[in-house]
Amino acid sequence: MAADSPKGVLITPIFKNNPIALQILGVCSALAVTTSMSVSLVMTLAVVFVCAFSNLFVSMIRQHIPSSIRIIVQMTIIASLVIVVDQVLRAFAYQMSQQLSVFVGLIITNCIIMGRAEGYAMQNSPKMSFIDGIGNGLGYGLVLMVVGFFRELFGSGSVFGFTVLQPVQDGGWYVPNGLMLLPPSAFFIIGLMIWVIREVNPEQIEANEFKMKHNTEPKEAV
Amino acid sequence: MAQSNNSIKKILIVAFALCIVCSVVVSTAAVALRPMQALNEELDRKTNILRVANLYEPDMDVEAAFAEIEPRVVDLRSGEYTDEFDPDTFDHFQAARDPASSRTLSGERDIAGLSRQENYATVYLVGDGDDPEQIIVPIRGQGLWGLMRGYMSIEGDGNTIVGITYYEHSETPGLGAEVNNPRWQSQWEGKQIYADDGSLTPAIRVARGSGSGEHEVDGLSGATLTSNGVTNMLQFWLSPEGFGEYLARFREDISLEEAQDADVELEAEGA
Repeated sequence: MAADSPKGVLITPIFKNNPIALQILGVCSALAVTTSMSVSLVMTLAVVFVCAFSNLFVSMIRQHIPSSIRIIVQMTIIASLVIVVDQVLRAFAYQMSQQLSVFVGLIITNCIIMGRAEGYAMQNSPKMSFIDGIGNGLGYGLVLMVVGFFRELFGSGSVFGFTVLQPVQDGGWYVPNGLMLLPPSAFFIIGLMIWVIREVNPEQIEANEFKMKHNTEPKEAV
Repeated sequence: MAQSNNSIKKILIVAFALCIVCSVVVSTAAVALRPMQALNEELDRKTNILRVANLYEPDMDVEAAFAEIEPRVVDLRSGEYTDEFDPDTFDHFQAARDPASSRTLSGERDIAGLSRQENYATVYLVGDGDDPEQIIVPIRGQGLWGLMRGYMSIEGDGNTIVGITYYEHSETPGLGAEVNNPRWQSQWEGKQIYADDGSLTPAIRVARGSGSGEHEVDGLSGATLTSNGVTNMLQFWLSPEGFGEYLARFREDISLEEAQDADVELEAEGA
């Protein structure tokens, strides 16, 4: 891994080692908040903030965290940051916080943040951990924005709330695809994204864990 | 290093210090941002009142438009306006908690799951205060997961619905939370609350499946309990227990004496 320079730490999780596309973490919130791009953007910013600062604080006190309670310590830091983000959203972006509803609170359980705190910040310096948090948050955000783009474009005919494809209800020609507004569509889009990314970077394809046998001869049941 | 980190003393110190720091950060954020959040909530409530009256347009000045709407406090027991409270500051949630200005509900009478009901409530009148175009009444009741609070707007005849909205609820997103789906809300428009026979008991309800006739709206699929909650709270708030008496003043199909007769009967039942 070219993860030793600050730039590498920042860039690698966005494309090469994407938390959603390669590690398949944090998928549940990616299904929930990607119906429109503006919501995805706010969620991205929230996750970048929480991930960067939880990494920073965990790394700052990593020499003093007793290993027996380290997960709870990380959880407490993450939860506090998430509550702060939630309170700020409610004060400054009320409409947005209504749309995100419970999903801001559920950042606490986002495996990406926990994973980075445990996997990276516990072993690395505060500065690098902070950059790593931003990188992973952005990697998560990139997938969110791509999924949000397709879902909003095909589901509502708009991008960031601006109408691109005039829907039939408003006298246009485009029949919105209702499936795109439902969570399963995010699975399809994330699946296709992973396919494309692995076509471009074949080294991401894992080796088969076992070999498929040729069709076995059918035998009579005794 | 690792040895000393795992001593019980160190564990307690780290845990305690972390808790103190985190709780200070969280409570500072909560306290410092509270006034702005309250302002937002108030604005959201006003926006909802405008929206339920079909007066809302995006990017409008909510405060200015809201100033056109006249709030009045109604005594729910008699259906008369009262000047005992200032309608701008009267808080009916607080009134519902105060035994002096509320009553307990129990058993079969408490279909909306409120347990306490205030004796006074604020209504919002659009247009001329004596002959309003629209009457906006607050409604609340138990949904599936918790209390749902909202408004219903009724035309000046005290019977035809203009709209319904919920500004606070905790229903399941995608199922019960569809109470705020504009498409579902739009079918309330023009529905009649009461049957033609002049009764004070509301006939309006949320059907199971698709509704038919002028007293029914479609149920929310996958959210039967939320739909029932909506029906129950309307049955409660629009009956003589809630705004029934008050709305009877506006209805043409029913004379005031009849309403008062019904009132006497109800009291006899209650006794």
